Amino acid sequence: MAKKESTFINMVVALFLVTAIAATSLGYVYELTKEPIALAIAAKKEAAIKKVLPEFDEVKSFKVMPVSGKDSIEFNEARLNGEIIGTAIETYTDDGFSGRFKIMVGFLPDGTIHNTSLLEHKETPGLGDKMDAKKSKFPNQFMGKNPESFKLTVSKDGGDVDAITAATISSRAFCDAVKRAYETYLKEGGNK
Amino acid sequence: MNQWKNFTKGLLKENAVFVLFLGLCPTLGVTSSAINGLGMGLATTFVLAMSNLVVSIVKNQIPDKVRIPAFIVIIASFVTIVELTMQAFVPDLFDALGLFIPLIVVNCVVLGRAEAFASKNNTISSLIDGFGMGLGFSLALTILGAVREILGSGSIFGFKFMEGDGMLVFVLAPGAFIALGYLIVLSNKLNKKLSS
Repeated sequence: MAKKESTFINMVVALFLVTAIAATSLGYVYELTKEPIALAIAAKKEAAIKKVLPEFDEVKSFKVMPVSGKDSIEFNEARLNGEIIGTAIETYTDDGFSGRFKIMVGFLPDGTIHNTSLLEHKETPGLGDKMDAKKSKFPNQFMGKNPESFKLTVSKDGGDVDAITAATISSRAFCDAVKRAYETYLKEGGNK
Repeated sequence: MNQWKNFTKGLLKENAVFVLFLGLCPTLGVTSSAINGLGMGLATTFVLAMSNLVVSIVKNQIPDKVRIPAFIVIIASFVTIVELTMQAFVPDLFDALGLFIPLIVVNCVVLGRAEAFASKNNTISSLIDGFGMGLGFSLALTILGAVREILGSGSIFGFKFMEGDGMLVFVLAPGAFIALGYLIVLSNKLNKKLSS
C-alpha cells in the first residue's frame, strides 16, 4: 500500500484515529487493573498496620491535621475486644533527601512506639533506603521506646537516634516523621 | 534480512547502551542494583517490541509530517499499560521501579527504533528487532547494575556476600558514569575482536 500523503485531512484523521484507539485501550486496561491495584494498596496498608501494632481485631481510620506540616495524617485506631490497644499513624516528612516519604508508626496507649514501617519513599538506593527494616537495623532502635524519654533527633543533633552511615538527611527526616506523629498523637489526647 | 542476525545485532554489535549510546538517562538512573536494571530492561523490552510491532503495522497509514506525535502516542500507551499492569500484579517490583516506568516514554531507544527501523521494515522484522534491542538493553542494564551493586553494596541480586557497605560512590551517580565508561571500553574491545 502506498504511503498516505501529508495533506491536512490525512494528518487530522490519522492523529485522531491513533489517539482515539490509544485512549480506548488505555481506558479498558485501567478498568481491568483498577480493582487489583486498589486491593494491592489496601493489602499493603493493612500489612503495615499489622506490623506496627500488637494483635487487634478492629480498625477505625480517620484523618487528623498534624501539629506541624500542611497535609493531614491518618490515625488508625486499633481495638481488640472493644479495647484500644494502640494507634497506627500514617505520617510523612518533607525533609527527605528526595522529597516527601511516608512511614507508619504504631503507638501503644502509653505513647510507647511499638514498631515502624516504611510505606513509600524515593531516597537514594543503597543509602537512604536503609530506613527499610529489610535493609538495616536502623528502624529497630525505635521499637519499645517512649519519645517522652527518647529524644527523637539524630545523635549529631544531640538526640538519641543513631543515624544511618552516609544518610544523615534521611535519618533526620525519619525522626521528623515520627516526631510529627507523636506530637499530633499527644495533641489528640493519646488514647484518651 | 537474516532474522537471526536481526535479532542478535541488538545484543552486541548495535547494543543500545554500549554502542548506540541511546537511552542513557534510565541506564544511569535505575542501575544501582542488578535486579532494578533487569526489571527496567524487561519492561523496556516489552514496550520496544510492542511499539515496533504496532508502528510497522500502521506505518503506511500515518502521513510523514505527523509520524512523530503518532509514534509517541503509541509508545506512551504501551508504557501506561505496563505501569498499570505492574502496579496491579507485581506491586513489589512496582515499588522499586515505579518512579522510572513513565520515563520509558522518553527513552530515546524506543522512539529511535520506531523511527529508524520499524517505520521502514516489515512487521516480523520489526518485532524481532524490538526484542533483540530490548534484550540487549536489559543485558547492558543488568551488567551495569551488577557491577555497581557488587562494588557499591557488596551484594549481588540482593544477596549480601560481604560485610559492610562497599564503595558508596558506585551507588551514587558518579559511580554510574565510571562503571559505564569501563564497560564501554570492554564492549568495544569485544566487538573489535568479533569483527576481525
